[in-house]
Amino acid sequence: MKTIDAKDMHYKDLNEMIKELVNSGEDVINLKNVNGQRYIGDNLNGNTKINIEGTPGNDLAAFMDGLTIEVFGNGQDAIGNTMNDGSIIVHGHVGDVVGYGMRGGSMYIKSDAGYRVGIHMKQYNDKVPVVVIGGTPGDFFGEYMAGGCMIVLNLSNKKDIVGEYCGTGMHGGVIYLRCNDVEDYKLGKEVIKEEATEDDLKEISKYIKNFSSYFKYDYDKIMNHKFIKLHPAGHRPYGKLYA
Amino acid sequence: MSLNYLTPEFKVLRDYDKCINCKVCMRQCANEVHSYDEDLGKMVADDYKCVNCQRCVVMCPTHALTIVKHPQVFRENANWTYDAIRDIYRQAETGGVLLSAMGNDRPYPIYWDKMVINASQVTNPSIDPLREPMELKIFIGRKPDKIELDENLNVKTKMPPQLTLNYPIMFSAMSYGSISYNAHASLARAAKELGIYYNTGEGGLHKDFRKYGPNTIVQVASGRFGVDREYLKTAAAVEIKIGQGAKPGIGGHLPGEKVSEDISETRMIPVGSDAISPAPHHDIYSIEDLSQLIYSLKEATDYKKPVGVKIAAVNNVAAIASGIARAGADYIAIDGFRGGTGAAPKRIRDNVGIPIEFAIASVDSRLRSEGIRHTISLIAAGSIRSSADIVKAIALGADAVYIGSAALIALGCHMCQQCYTGKCNWGIATQDPNLVKRLNPEIGYKRLVNLITAWGHEIQEMLGGMGINDIESLKGNRLMLRGIGMTQKELDVLGILAAGE
Repeated sequence: MKTIDAKDMHYKDLNEMIKELVNSGEDVINLKNVNGQRYIGDNLNGNTKINIEGTPGNDLAAFMDGLTIEVFGNGQDAIGNTMNDGSIIVHGHVGDVVGYGMRGGSMYIKSDAGYRVGIHMKQYNDKVPVVVIGGTPGDFFGEYMAGGCMIVLNLSNKKDIVGEYCGTGMHGGVIYLRCNDVEDYKLGKEVIKEEATEDDLKEISKYIKNFSSYFKYDYDKIMNHKFIKLHPAGHRPYGKLYA
Repeated sequence: MSLNYLTPEFKVLRDYDKCINCKVCMRQCANEVHSYDEDLGKMVADDYKCVNCQRCVVMCPTHALTIVKHPQVFRENANWTYDAIRDIYRQAETGGVLLSAMGNDRPYPIYWDKMVINASQVTNPSIDPLREPMELKIFIGRKPDKIELDENLNVKTKMPPQLTLNYPIMFSAMSYGSISYNAHASLARAAKELGIYYNTGEGGLHKDFRKYGPNTIVQVASGRFGVDREYLKTAAAVEIKIGQGAKPGIGGHLPGEKVSEDISETRMIPVGSDAISPAPHHDIYSIEDLSQLIYSLKEATDYKKPVGVKIAAVNNVAAIASGIARAGADYIAIDGFRGGTGAAPKRIRDNVGIPIEFAIASVDSRLRSEGIRHTISLIAAGSIRSSADIVKAIALGADAVYIGSAALIALGCHMCQQCYTGKCNWGIATQDPNLVKRLNPEIGYKRLVNLITAWGHEIQEMLGGMGINDIESLKGNRLMLRGIGMTQKELDVLGILAAGE
């Protein structure tokens, strides 16, 4: 275990130190006083666990391929950008464009997320990315979504579980919303809305279990609610567009 | 179903004195134009299906075939042209967006052809490249503000990462998916042989071509297809694709039927799924956001690889380029409105964007006036047809050029502009294994090497004629150009004088 005090450090210097430790196989790195430093975990692979105290900057875990990053605070924009594998746990809320083009790994957000979350999230073979949001996300949730699974729990019982344009251009993957219903006008026309079946809930139970254990929630309380499932009508949303 | 009003575009003329009914044409045509009529005992053709790719013409052992523009005409009308009428028929029939491929084919002025190149006479001697050294090597990347030397006169300044090119020419981004495996194999191998670079496009890097990594530029586009650690590690440079000249401002769809097993693996998406590239990168809505991705990629590659940005040439290209330079990019590739594509909506291809000649000139001028030209290399693209176009592009201010269409023509493309159908009879823009094998990469790469080597000789001759012995000395040297048949405004934007001035 190594501890780095990131106070007043430039991201380049900080990331160089982290990279060196991760490449040498360090099992746990504790980062203290992180204050907006970008690109932490960028393109790293391995089994290191990084604990972050403070607020990491944009592009946290971009291109990341392995590692576990736990943030004891809030996250900013573009977390998990084009991420391939690994796991991110944020004990707070996160900004915009989270999980953009994410191909694998998992992300657990305790509270809310910003706009454009999970845009063009995809999946390939055994790689199925998962994003669980304890609060609610903003507009354009899952736009162009091509694979993976996103779950919104709305544990704070906000009026709107998602913003507008949810699942616009969606052509793969699945979205679960813990709510009784969601207004059709908020959904992309490529999306089919259904009530989640028991099999569906069994499918997502492991993610909810992880979420409950990370953030100390009662699993049964979360699951004891109706879930709406959104999935794409087809894998070829624009197949008939051309002459 | 209503009547289809379309008439054929081309007519297949068969010289029956020469035809030996060998059926080569029938086997060669993926569009199924040719067939053998048992009753008539001879080969016949369905003109409706012909796209004039000339595969049958070239392959016919007795040279019995000629394809001509179909003589059927509408009543002459300068306004309602044949194309305009046909397009309406097609859209009335299908309700769909018109697709097109390769570059803008409309009769806009071609400014390369309105510029002429200088040569030395009497006052400074011309140089003979056959007997004297003539440098074509260039370096793509950010150059330092100044060079510092230590006491032993060794360079102390740390150079930012550079790409070294033996010719000021690279193969433009064309994805695996839009073009075939064998086309990629030809480009990659030729790039290695020539000491230049090819570009994977946005469709990922096939595992077989990782060995060409030192000569490979990989793209990170809005769909992020195939982008992972291995991809970034293998490449010599990373290019963020914002736009392309054939379709500025819009994204792209590789239709699901083209996502085969192999393409699925390379793009890392499921077989048969549409590969959709959103119009913007949704993590880039500003220059600051662009800078964020540039540095994310620099962090990912340990600041050891140039990170470039490719944009389409549009109205405010100079200001955008300045922003890209300030965002930290190592090079900017600008693709003019004649740039090629495997598929683009026809109206976009033919009407959006500006000519590369103006874009390069105005970007170079802007960056110079801001004192930041050295901080970024400039690559011109969007219909470079010959070595003369390259010399003119560099004299206008480019460091190097990207060629796409020209490279495909070297591989056998006959410009039938039907790439989006996936039925390329030359094995280039297709994923049909029976068509792909028609392009032999062993021959293909040699043809590309021949083309670039030949252009290299021609560039050397033109440089020598100007009394210049290094391509770097031509860069932005607009006094070496003169304009013919242009307005004063056009000359001013290009920053050149009129012929005779």
